[in-house]
Amino acid sequence: MSKQNQKLFLDVVTYTLLILGMVLMVGPFLWMVSTSFKLPGDQFTKTLIPPTFTLDNFRELFSVNLNFPLLFWNSAYISILVTIGQLLTCAMAAFCFAVVRFKGRDILFTCLLLTLLIPPQVTLIPNFIIFKYMHLIGTSVPLWLPAFWGGAFGTFLLRQYFLTIPRDLVDAARVDGASLVQIFWKIYMPLGRPALAALAIFSFQGAWNDLLHPLVYMPSVPNTMLTVGLAFFQQQMTHGGKFTVLMSGALISILPLLLVFFFAQKQFIEGIALSGVKR
Amino acid sequence: MDYGLKPLGREKFWLWAMLTPTLIGLVFGALGSVIATIVLSFAKWDLLTSPTWAGLENYNDLFKDPKILLSLTNTIKFSALYVPGVVIISLLIAVLLNRKIRGLSLFRTAYFLPAVTSAVATALVWQMIYGRDTGILNFILERLGMQAVCWLCTGNAMYSVVIVNIWGAIGEGMIIFLAGLTAIPREYYEAAELDGANGTNQFFRLTVPLITPSIFFMTLITTINAFQAYDYIYILTRRSQGDSSVPVMVFSIYRNAWNFFNYGGASAQAVELTVMVAVLMAFYFWLERRYVVYE
Repeated sequence: MSKQNQKLFLDVVTYTLLILGMVLMVGPFLWMVSTSFKLPGDQFTKTLIPPTFTLDNFRELFSVNLNFPLLFWNSAYISILVTIGQLLTCAMAAFCFAVVRFKGRDILFTCLLLTLLIPPQVTLIPNFIIFKYMHLIGTSVPLWLPAFWGGAFGTFLLRQYFLTIPRDLVDAARVDGASLVQIFWKIYMPLGRPALAALAIFSFQGAWNDLLHPLVYMPSVPNTMLTVGLAFFQQQMTHGGKFTVLMSGALISILPLLLVFFFAQKQFIEGIALSGVKR
Repeated sequence: MDYGLKPLGREKFWLWAMLTPTLIGLVFGALGSVIATIVLSFAKWDLLTSPTWAGLENYNDLFKDPKILLSLTNTIKFSALYVPGVVIISLLIAVLLNRKIRGLSLFRTAYFLPAVTSAVATALVWQMIYGRDTGILNFILERLGMQAVCWLCTGNAMYSVVIVNIWGAIGEGMIIFLAGLTAIPREYYEAAELDGANGTNQFFRLTVPLITPSIFFMTLITTINAFQAYDYIYILTRRSQGDSSVPVMVFSIYRNAWNFFNYGGASAQAVELTVMVAVLMAFYFWLERRYVVYE
């Protein structure tokens, strides 16, 4: 094969594989969208375009008996609180580890990194017992409060980014008489925005999509998060239910993150690359 | 200790104030939890009556209780399929995307979608797709003249669940590999070309060794994720009475603690899970020293 033919052949193979893969990746989402606009009677039709287009599923979702708005609201404020907690506490710690010189810094940072090895299932049982004795099971507190204890992943991500900010800026600010807190708030927070955005997205996404923790801490419908609510609706399906309504619920539950993703795609992708490469 | 800003006077107070949340998390959240879980694993406690000492009973159960053993073998089987699946497929996609192609951002967005959205929501669609009589997958198979398959029945469910989990994970892997691939200088390939290396040679002799750090990192986090896989499995394999057709360890821990109120037994399982992950990590880092190439 000549050089040119070889390239053409490789191009054809590349695009064929990529397009095939794309269909597999996006297909389930198209199916979700399509089903959520079908009439319940058409739920098992095999066409992508709904035979009859309807908005009834969404209307039913927001009718009183499902309490879908409450689920949505719970997911929203819990995820926002988690994001705020993580941003604040991880940034403070990351700043100290990246910028300040103090005794025990390196050993403390190593200890923090070691906690990455602890699976969440290990902390779940003792945390549950503590929150149970504080009578907080069934409330949202156990879901967002631990976010205000910092975290290894977020601190590590931000520290790596803070280390790349030129130190001359700190020295210049010092000469001008800036305090530690001012340097943190006026230099590192604004300049660390790309990494902070990435951490915000990850924190929000993690909280919004979490199933295990809400299942443990807010186990009963209707006062719970979207993931648990959807899992509950699914269970009721076994007694003959409407998949169309379930799909419209699933669609609405992924909508906020899809919007964030489309508007902040760069931060999403750079954040992952940031956490993966600069170890 | 050699770099950094020296806190002056009262700034020492602010320094430790800023570190306080992290310290609380370290002492109570991490260290305290680990100790508490280990202590609990030697006890019998349903949180209603007072706890009693159980000695090694919970650990004996790990090797005797058929349900716990099943969850262990399921987790191992799942990881053995899932980890290579995710690493190889996402590397392949990244390599394809790294050839100068049109529509890179479109493909990247598409492949990344499942990694953004909630596993619960997408697992619900997969449940519809896998449906035995009503699902689109069997419809396509029958159209192609093949037999319908019961995708989520015991026996097949493991593979169906692994497929969905891989589907959900390759987006992130692709990004990590793409970042590793774009960091390889173009000149290396030009030099290889001059030396007459063909595409296959270039891939295995040049690309693969140079992205071993990314492969190592991906294998590491994918293994951790494999041992904690839960969401897709919960939605896709749940049966009546809260049982599962593919109970993995995390599922079993949840069920043991919150359905059967056996918090001591669940703690022992959590300890077992941690030890297994730690041993695997140690093995990976041993491999890293031997095979991973850092420039």
